[in-house]
Amino acid sequence: MTDLSAQTGAFAGSGQSLLTPSARMKRRNAAEARFRLYGVVAILIALATLAIMLFTILRDGVSAFAQARLTFPMELSAEVLDPKGNRLRDEMSKVTTIGYAKVLSAALVAELDRRGIAEEGVSEKQIGELISKDAAGQLRAEVLADPAMIGTTINAEILAAGRIDGYLKGRVTLDSAELDSNITPGQLRLAEQLRQAGMLTTGWNWGFFTNPDASDQRPEAAGLGVALLGSAYMMVLVLVMCVPVGVAASIWLEEFAPKNRWTDAIEVNISNLAAVPSIVFGILGLAIFINFAGLPQSSSLVGALVISLMTLPTIIIATRAAIRAVPPSIRDAALGIGASKMQTVFHHVLPLAMPGILTGTILGLASALGETAPLLLIGMVAFVDNYPAPPPEGFLDPATALPVQVYSWASRADPAFIERSNGAIIVLLVFLVIMNVAAILLRRRFERRW
Amino acid sequence: MNAMQTPVARHALDAAVLKPRIAATGVQVHYGTNHALKDVNVDILDRTTTAFIGPSGCGKSTFLRCLNRMNDTVASARVTGRILLDGEDIYDKRVDPVQLRAKVGMVFQKPNPFPKSIYDNVAYGPRIHGLTRSRAELDEVVERSLTRAALWNEVKDRLDAPGTGLSGGQQQRLCIARAVATSPEVLLMDEPCSALDPIATAQVEALIDELREHVSIVIVTHSMQQAARVSQRTAFFHLGNLVEYGETTQIFTNPQDPRTESYITGRIG
Repeated sequence: MTDLSAQTGAFAGSGQSLLTPSARMKRRNAAEARFRLYGVVAILIALATLAIMLFTILRDGVSAFAQARLTFPMELSAEVLDPKGNRLRDEMSKVTTIGYAKVLSAALVAELDRRGIAEEGVSEKQIGELISKDAAGQLRAEVLADPAMIGTTINAEILAAGRIDGYLKGRVTLDSAELDSNITPGQLRLAEQLRQAGMLTTGWNWGFFTNPDASDQRPEAAGLGVALLGSAYMMVLVLVMCVPVGVAASIWLEEFAPKNRWTDAIEVNISNLAAVPSIVFGILGLAIFINFAGLPQSSSLVGALVISLMTLPTIIIATRAAIRAVPPSIRDAALGIGASKMQTVFHHVLPLAMPGILTGTILGLASALGETAPLLLIGMVAFVDNYPAPPPEGFLDPATALPVQVYSWASRADPAFIERSNGAIIVLLVFLVIMNVAAILLRRRFERRW
Repeated sequence: MNAMQTPVARHALDAAVLKPRIAATGVQVHYGTNHALKDVNVDILDRTTTAFIGPSGCGKSTFLRCLNRMNDTVASARVTGRILLDGEDIYDKRVDPVQLRAKVGMVFQKPNPFPKSIYDNVAYGPRIHGLTRSRAELDEVVERSLTRAALWNEVKDRLDAPGTGLSGGQQQRLCIARAVATSPEVLLMDEPCSALDPIATAQVEALIDELREHVSIVIVTHSMQQAARVSQRTAFFHLGNLVEYGETTQIFTNPQDPRTESYITGRIG
């Protein structure tokens, strides 16, 4: 009792009121406030970086989705385009793109004459240069596909040259044209007149999604068609190769594998594989799939094989986590009424782990979609202007992929390609956002609670 | 102590005529280097509730899990000795534990219905063992099992509702229905009421008494009162040893071993 009273006495004697915080308490509160501030600052820096990145990409890339076109009536004269007059494709195809280019150029000059639009110092040849070098080829393909067009006068929408497109988007100015060997200020002034006359307009650029890549001289015709196809082929192949293998490996490791040195080694290796730099996988793919196995380079099959190697660890790790998250009581319950190990896994564990597996798979695919470095090494960075054939043969055809297209456009000289590179980044980001949102929705939709 | 006299007294009459269902002799269990169960000899009688009591870590759950070979799922567990079910050694190489578990059902500490419908929970066992030939037959088994688990009247209108949506006590009775659906001969219960409130506990205890008509029941419990209420025979485990095994009345009123007496009077445990 004496001890107790002595203690309470000492306590009361401290004289500390609860209403005024002690010095120690103040220090603790200040430390906590500082810590919260650090957290807020870190988040703000991250958000600002993201905002700046998105802003610059959108600023430079959105214009890739619009394209300048010239509209003028054009007579598809039979004498020029089908000299024998029998409308046979083989005969007609003797007229080359050069022939069509002349038709286009002449039609534009004639229309300008008719409207009385002229610019001093701009020759007929220079007027023809307002038209994209790709337009003749496109027109030729259209006419060969539909010979009935010959002899009619069409009101064609013709792709304008890249510099004219750049002028409408503000990238090319009269000042820059002075220094540019591809365009003269006179041509730009003529373009301005055409724009005011309504002949030169900017519209939605479907070609950006459907056209193959184009050469340095015709950025206005370059599109993501081959890259989108190649990426789609690869994603399908990665899905088909990775999901069964990854899920089977995870089930075996989690549910069946004995715990010994071998399985430990396998686990460590799987985790390490996820950390191997992607360029190393590229070298591996080059050595094994192309040089040793003899698969065609630049093909989506080889790309998918390499990316599968990189995605497998991601899928295995996610799947194992999902399987481990299924409570052991469910396994006990199934085993306790006499389900076999396999029935337990396939009837109970796997369905419950499915949302996690799906989420992991989608996120793995999303990172696979953005993978670039290994594809460079297996030749998918090549200039491919032919679409790969439909699958399955197309899996062996040369193709590119979205991120690789971003890379190859970004390394071209013409600023018009930089615009397209940013546009391709936007397309890639849209796909990634869609995949991530799908992963989140799936997780929400199928999440179970015990 | 008076409360438990009645069921035990009633059982005392039958004891002489009941044969052992399970005969365990010299059972030892090691978890790695840990000797968890030391030389246990127990006979589980037919149509009897046998309670395993003892302090935590005494080996009672370990022994229970030997009886349907659930210890097989623990990689480090090693079981020696003989456990005969109806005269057959369940640890014989030819025995498939999957088949054994259909005959020796189990109910766990925490209610663990599958996240499926009530119907599918009960029908799962008969389905995987191919016990029924038609949907009608399966319906009948489900109804019979739920009735035996005293749950039918509460759920008959919502058999398609998820089993996880039931209350704790209902979930545990659903697990019992699931276990009896395969018509087991022995039902093992590992602290089936420890996660339940007193009312649900009373329901499950009443159920145990009814189920005893058809199967022998082995129940592990922390509650001595529960052991006294539901069981006819009691085994007291301590530090991996089976200390004492006998009529519940005798264990609780006249324990032979000083350790048993200390435990039931609350001095150890």
